[in-house]
Amino acid sequence: MNTAVEPVLSAPRIRPQLRGLMPGWYGIGWGTAILVMLPVLAILWLALFPTENIWPHLASTVLPVYIKSTLILMAGTGALSVAIGVGTAWLVTLCHFPGRRVFEWALLLPFAIPAYVIAYLYTDLLEYAGPIQGLLRELFGWESARDYWFPEIRSMGGAILMLTLVLYPYVYLLARASFLEQSMSIRDASRMLGCTPWQSFIRVSLPIARPAIAVGLSLVSMETINDFGTVDYFAVKSMTAGIYDAWLNMGNVGAAAQIASLMMIFVVLLITLERVARARSRQYTSADRYRTIERYRLTPGRAWMCTLACTLPVLFGFLIPFVRLADMSLAHLDQFAENNFLDYARNSFTLSVSSALLALTIAIVLAYSKRLYANRPSLQIAARMSNLGYALPGAVLAIGVIVPLAAFDNGVDAFMRSHFGISTGLLLSGTPFALVFAYCVRFLAVSGGSVDSSLGKVTPNMDMAARSLGANSLRTLREVHLPLIKGGLLTAVLVVFVDCMKELPATLILRPFNYDTLATFVYQYASDERIEQCSPAALLIVLVGIIPVILLSRTITATRASS
Amino acid sequence: MTIRKALLSAAILSSTLGSAAQAEEVNVYSFRQEFLLKPLLEAFTAETGIKVNVVFASKGLLERIEHEGRNTPADLLLTADIGPLHDAVERDLVAPISSEVIDRNVPAHFRAEDGKWIGLTSRARIIYASTERVKEGEITSYEELADPKWKGRICTRSGKHTYNLSLIGSMIAHHGEAEAEKWLEGVKANLARKPQGNDRAQVKAIKEGVCDLALGNSYYYGKMATNEKEPEQKEWAASANLVFPNQDSRGTHMNISGAALTKYAPHPEAAVKLVEFLTEKKAQQLYAEANFEFPVRPNTPWSDLLEEKMSGFKGDEINLGKVAAQRANAAKLVDKVGFDN
Repeated sequence: MNTAVEPVLSAPRIRPQLRGLMPGWYGIGWGTAILVMLPVLAILWLALFPTENIWPHLASTVLPVYIKSTLILMAGTGALSVAIGVGTAWLVTLCHFPGRRVFEWALLLPFAIPAYVIAYLYTDLLEYAGPIQGLLRELFGWESARDYWFPEIRSMGGAILMLTLVLYPYVYLLARASFLEQSMSIRDASRMLGCTPWQSFIRVSLPIARPAIAVGLSLVSMETINDFGTVDYFAVKSMTAGIYDAWLNMGNVGAAAQIASLMMIFVVLLITLERVARARSRQYTSADRYRTIERYRLTPGRAWMCTLACTLPVLFGFLIPFVRLADMSLAHLDQFAENNFLDYARNSFTLSVSSALLALTIAIVLAYSKRLYANRPSLQIAARMSNLGYALPGAVLAIGVIVPLAAFDNGVDAFMRSHFGISTGLLLSGTPFALVFAYCVRFLAVSGGSVDSSLGKVTPNMDMAARSLGANSLRTLREVHLPLIKGGLLTAVLVVFVDCMKELPATLILRPFNYDTLATFVYQYASDERIEQCSPAALLIVLVGIIPVILLSRTITATRASS
Repeated sequence: MTIRKALLSAAILSSTLGSAAQAEEVNVYSFRQEFLLKPLLEAFTAETGIKVNVVFASKGLLERIEHEGRNTPADLLLTADIGPLHDAVERDLVAPISSEVIDRNVPAHFRAEDGKWIGLTSRARIIYASTERVKEGEITSYEELADPKWKGRICTRSGKHTYNLSLIGSMIAHHGEAEAEKWLEGVKANLARKPQGNDRAQVKAIKEGVCDLALGNSYYYGKMATNEKEPEQKEWAASANLVFPNQDSRGTHMNISGAALTKYAPHPEAAVKLVEFLTEKKAQQLYAEANFEFPVRPNTPWSDLLEEKMSGFKGDEINLGKVAAQRANAAKLVDKVGFDN
């Protein structure tokens, strides 16, 4: 993810003659993009071979339900995430209120909690047999569910709330970075022209932050559209449910791939529409990181309202589930000692670190070749397409990974057999490499966004100066660009790391024999409704996630001198 | 790119090492949670010295076998349901097992005629009926679930869940699609609420007074009645009588957990040995007890709880392959009558 989004300077395109010294970047860019796109291409390919045409059946039965629930789910989660993410980001950046400095990082904490864990914990708390309804029944003397009304947690509303709680941090992170680097002079000008602080926010800050918010929203939408665990648990019949139904119940992998492909196309359309809409109202502004932000002083009443507004998402998105998990873990502390628990933790950690670094490398290669070849739209499109893995449900992406890796393995094996009489078997399939590859494909959208935008903010004059002083393109990247965009790189690594720690569906399918990560270990019990028995592992996922989350917040705050 | 290189070489190294060491082992792709299998597999290793390697996932393993093709490391597929076994056969991923031991231990309706899948444990899909609001004998068959007198009184999980698909599949297999559709519409009209939650949640709903009848697998009774972690589940279990439907006709719908040998299994002998082991008395007892299921092997002692609550019922002896063959149609029926809407 990025610390802010687009080139805000109207940057002149880099002139073609700047290339030349290392023509390889064009090929490397294309090669990387295609490698990363392989799983998506595999799904498109599978979509060509349905066992039967499923669309007449779907259209005459459940398709309207799927479409309606998917749209409601996306709109609900998107709108709530933007409201919470943008609102709190603006408050902690531009207002004084009690606890502001704590909220700067605390608002990111829910990001460390996996969606499937939070969904389970809240169901456990809020369902009929849970402690809350139990307490109410005791207080009011109600005897059964027929005596009173209580909102049903397993519902569309519940799913939207759960997803929002864990996804709004994406929007918060990006919006905050954008607010942090907005120029104070612009705000001062708007205020002098008679805007109230609220009008200044709506008419000036918000439009400037729009690209950042759009990226955050697109990450939230893709996470929402690819989620299966939560919506399944809450009995929401979204398009993803349709994918799994065609795949697992009707035995029609091709039809499932068709639905998944359509969903990807839908996501591409949404993102393109947003870009087109934004291009028409293009605004330029100069970033100004050096003047200290002057925050609004609020009356005590309003200041405390701000504190409350920022407390709610942290309370529900982090504190309550965290305390609940910690409480359950106390009864199962012995687990830390047995069960190869350390192995699981080490697997999770090694996989996540390698994937975060590899995803970063890929993101840099793609972003830099795009920069060098800004005048080649095909490369631009290929690089953008390589982000699409994020829009696929994890289990579908896993199938997309299996297909090319197995084809490669079997191809090598056949070649070696026929030429040297040796069987090489499966070289990549079923190894940790398959997992790392899947994570990179899945989360490239996240790291790519961050690297892209940071690199976009480096003025092309830097390239020209470095190149005219004799540095080639690689050296320019290494000695000029990378040091300049350190913050963005760190952000990319940290966010992908946390996402990988939580990843479940692809891990389950692709992993080697006798190989567990914390997430798969948790799932094994959670899928049998015994999450208590794996609560220490779930807690550890959260704890390990907290550290990068706090680092992340510091990276962003450091982008600007602050009071 | 150095990381990728390192990983690549590590991968190459590990796989060549793997194929070099030809110690006896069996590789299992399992749709069942490992913790259910673990005691059994450990017992197998202790007895035979054959190591068992496991990957557990709830979906996607058939695709893995399919695309890994001739080089698949998987020998055995273990499933929690007839569905994936049937799919594996349909997609030509499995090889027949022929073993006298298995033929002796597993009744014919619990295995494929050609040995392409073998049932290991069985469970009944039963009706849980409220002890307070449903008189004994008031419901005796699946067909009666469509009777309007149950309007607003039935709970079930999603019609798309594999257990319900198998039940609906058996209705299609026995009555034909048209009649099964009418039946499913009738059941839909009687539902107390939109299908949701798992089987246990339906029995809980009986306790809560949300409904009077619930569909559920038999083993959930054992899991609830003995639940020390969440003692309130014992009350759920106690709130319902267990009805084994269709005792006067074809018998109660059964489903199995089972095994299949993959077509390109690298260790077929060891794999068959493992399946044989799993059908023997000791393992049958262990495997069934681990999850409150029934052993498929006749004359295997049941756990006390099952013996007391469930013994002597008549199970439907239709070959499960015929039921599984109707699952895709069942899924479409669920869409057609809007069962989950």
